[in-house]
Amino acid sequence: MTFESLKEIILATVSCGEEKVAPDAKLIPDVCADSLDAVELAMAIEDKTGVNVPDDIMPTFRTLGDLLAYLEEQGA
Amino acid sequence: MNGLRLLGAGYALPQNALDNEAMTKYVETSDEWITSRTGIRQRYFCGEGENTTTLAIEAAKKALADSGIAKEEIGCLIVATSSGEYAMPSTACLVHKALELPENIPVFDLGAACAGFLYALDTARAMLLAHGAKHALVIGSEQMSHVLDMGDRNTCVLFGDAAGAAVFAIEEDAEYAYVCGTRGDLAIQVGGPRREMPMTMEGQSVFRFAVSTIPATVSELLEKTGKTLEDVDWVICHQANQRIIDASVRRLGVPAEKFYKNLDRYANTSAASIPLALAEMKENGRLVSGQRVIMCGFGGGLTWAGVMMKV
Repeated sequence: MTFESLKEIILATVSCGEEKVAPDAKLIPDVCADSLDAVELAMAIEDKTGVNVPDDIMPTFRTLGDLLAYLEEQGA
Repeated sequence: MNGLRLLGAGYALPQNALDNEAMTKYVETSDEWITSRTGIRQRYFCGEGENTTTLAIEAAKKALADSGIAKEEIGCLIVATSSGEYAMPSTACLVHKALELPENIPVFDLGAACAGFLYALDTARAMLLAHGAKHALVIGSEQMSHVLDMGDRNTCVLFGDAAGAAVFAIEEDAEYAYVCGTRGDLAIQVGGPRREMPMTMEGQSVFRFAVSTIPATVSELLEKTGKTLEDVDWVICHQANQRIIDASVRRLGVPAEKFYKNLDRYANTSAASIPLALAEMKENGRLVSGQRVIMCGFGGGLTWAGVMMKV
């Protein structure tokens, strides 16, 4: 998975500005307003990639870069 | 097909309206926080002399009057609730007495949390078929304020008290489709009649459950009936959280206008939310005879149910 494809999913799912979607952006609150936004994003990523993203793993990612690294590690 | 047709509906609200500012008396929160995260601006809580039973009776009387059906014609009464005053008698028995309904009909409570009204609707249909009766009175009534932990800001701001009731007729040529399911899970809990344990809820897992269940239920009903959402006038979901409805709309990729929302004024009224919406939509003229609706409930259990019918 590339950062661009993750960005595409983010912009279609949560209502953050495009300028906020950067590798060093904090998952919460820069990209996702709160934990429910993070769940919705996790579900959208699962739909698009088939990779399982459990709710309890999302808060462990500090930045979008960390999330992308996890997805790549899972074969997305 | 032996489907159901809606003949009349009514709702009841308790006397105390509490805006978000009023909730700051109980927990550290703010109008901005509650509104932006839930869409809720107000809820009603029971006051002196009000409870699940009194709300159910008031809503039922209005539904009966709206239907034009005489009380002697009611062949089944079911109350969906998780907050009745007693383990026994059932809330339904107390409503039955207050309305002086016929003695020789099935009368009982049904517990399927926020999906309860739709479980009750389908159960009423089965009871009418089994007993050869024609009309059912189905009620969703909740005094959620009675089961809340008013020190838990993650739950106490989300719920309200209300009742909704509807009278249905079974008709051979009426359209009707139903789906339901259950997945045993303790994600939402409320203690027994002694209220030794207030409500607890795992917000994230319930959100994921709801946001996957609504699109799946709607899709299953459409598939079952061969219809598309263009054939449907309204989708009436259980009113739990605006973000659940908004996320479901995004996942279905359909116009948001078809999804009725009133949770800003009433919050989550559990089993009452769908009949409350039905009655309110009938009252404000949005729901008119001949329209096709999908109703979708989901909640503690975890349970879910969906009905497609013409009103």
